[in-house]
Amino acid sequence: MAQNREFGNRRLHSLLGVVPIGLFLIFHLTVNYMATKGADTFNAAVHLIEFTPIKIVVEFVVIYLPLIFHAVYGIYIAFTAKNNLGRFSFFRNWMFFLQRASGIITLIFLIWHVYTTRIQAALGAEVNFDMMATIFSSPFMIAFYIVGLISTVFHFANGLWSFSVSWGLTVSPKSQKVMTYITLVIFLVLSYIGLRAIFAFV
Amino acid sequence: MAETKTKTVRFEISRQDTPDSAPYTETFELEYRPNMNVISALMEIRRNPVTVDGKTTTPIAWDMNCLEEVCGACSMVINGKPRQSCTALIDQLEQPIRLSPMRTFPVVRDLQVDRSRMFDSLKKVKAWIPIDGTYNLGPGPRMPEKKRQWAYELSKCMTCGVCLEACPNVNSSSDFIGPSALSQVRLFNAHPTGEMNRSDRLNAIMGDGGLANCGNSQNCVQSCPKGIPLTTSIAALNRDTTLQSFRNFFGSDQV
Repeated sequence: MAQNREFGNRRLHSLLGVVPIGLFLIFHLTVNYMATKGADTFNAAVHLIEFTPIKIVVEFVVIYLPLIFHAVYGIYIAFTAKNNLGRFSFFRNWMFFLQRASGIITLIFLIWHVYTTRIQAALGAEVNFDMMATIFSSPFMIAFYIVGLISTVFHFANGLWSFSVSWGLTVSPKSQKVMTYITLVIFLVLSYIGLRAIFAFV
Repeated sequence: MAETKTKTVRFEISRQDTPDSAPYTETFELEYRPNMNVISALMEIRRNPVTVDGKTTTPIAWDMNCLEEVCGACSMVINGKPRQSCTALIDQLEQPIRLSPMRTFPVVRDLQVDRSRMFDSLKKVKAWIPIDGTYNLGPGPRMPEKKRQWAYELSKCMTCGVCLEACPNVNSSSDFIGPSALSQVRLFNAHPTGEMNRSDRLNAIMGDGGLANCGNSQNCVQSCPKGIPLTTSIAALNRDTTLQSFRNFFGSDQV
């Protein structure tokens, strides 16, 4: 029955990582960055999002369903690989390994992150500057969020590199190399934006 | 006068008696000869199969054929790296020299593996140009010389299995056909006559275990003894299959 689905599934997995999940990540980090301008600016931005029309539908279509597919299929991909860094310590093989490792770390981080924010909000808590400040009152949580952030941003940036190969955008070795530098810059910029936001709550 | 000690070469060889039995290691020490390679050392051991402890053992089984790195039969893992044993010169290897079979494939015996899956893959992707007919089809379209030279690089593939051994996504829990067969699709799709069956090959690699299984570790291109641009082939096929999937779905044409 379910034959020859792999091509479609792999391509869908690759696409969803960029659109909508990657775009949502950039949006999310941008909103977080408002925290660097003070609690009021951040709270205002959060309120604005709360007025999204048919918010729960948008959340499911744009975030939850794509993320669940990407995560479940990603776990399958990660665990069918047999890593061989010991024998082949090439740069791209490291990226191959880190992409899978960061995917798993990001998933663990996201489950915790969604539980402490979105699910708490559904249970009646208010999402605002104070909520985040309370979370970040523990040094362990700061460390956990930093690891989670770096892992997520790496997974996105390096995923963008493989996306461009998987869809046949970057074919020549030269274009793939240039893309490595571009995604490195994306990784650094998004990490900076994310870290600034984390420390704005501390 | 100092006594000149004879120079020796030490081998640690992973052995296995049957496809299902457990592997074990035996160590051999040979007298050094100039210009020795791994195969000539294995032949020496075959002549006198005695381990370093003085135990007489069975000769080591391995595959070989051309002895000039064009047939791919003598591939094995030498000091951790899959490569052809005929071009593995003792002078360039760190000792002890560790030999083991490419375990990505079913081991037949000792260093001998069964690479049938690679030949099955070539059949699966139709890595040939169908020209048979009931009458003379006449000459095919000409191939530009420049393109021929480019295609020649891809045609150097000897199905040796090194790229599959290096690939983290070719293993017992995945049915990925691996880089070599994929690159052959690019070769035959580039040929002016082969191009006529382009969509057959693209659709074949869009099936399960096909192109999409590539995880871009790019170990294959780093390991290929023939320097075939395998990852460029894979990326080019990614582009071709993207377009082919649009054709299949939207139905713009059948070829």
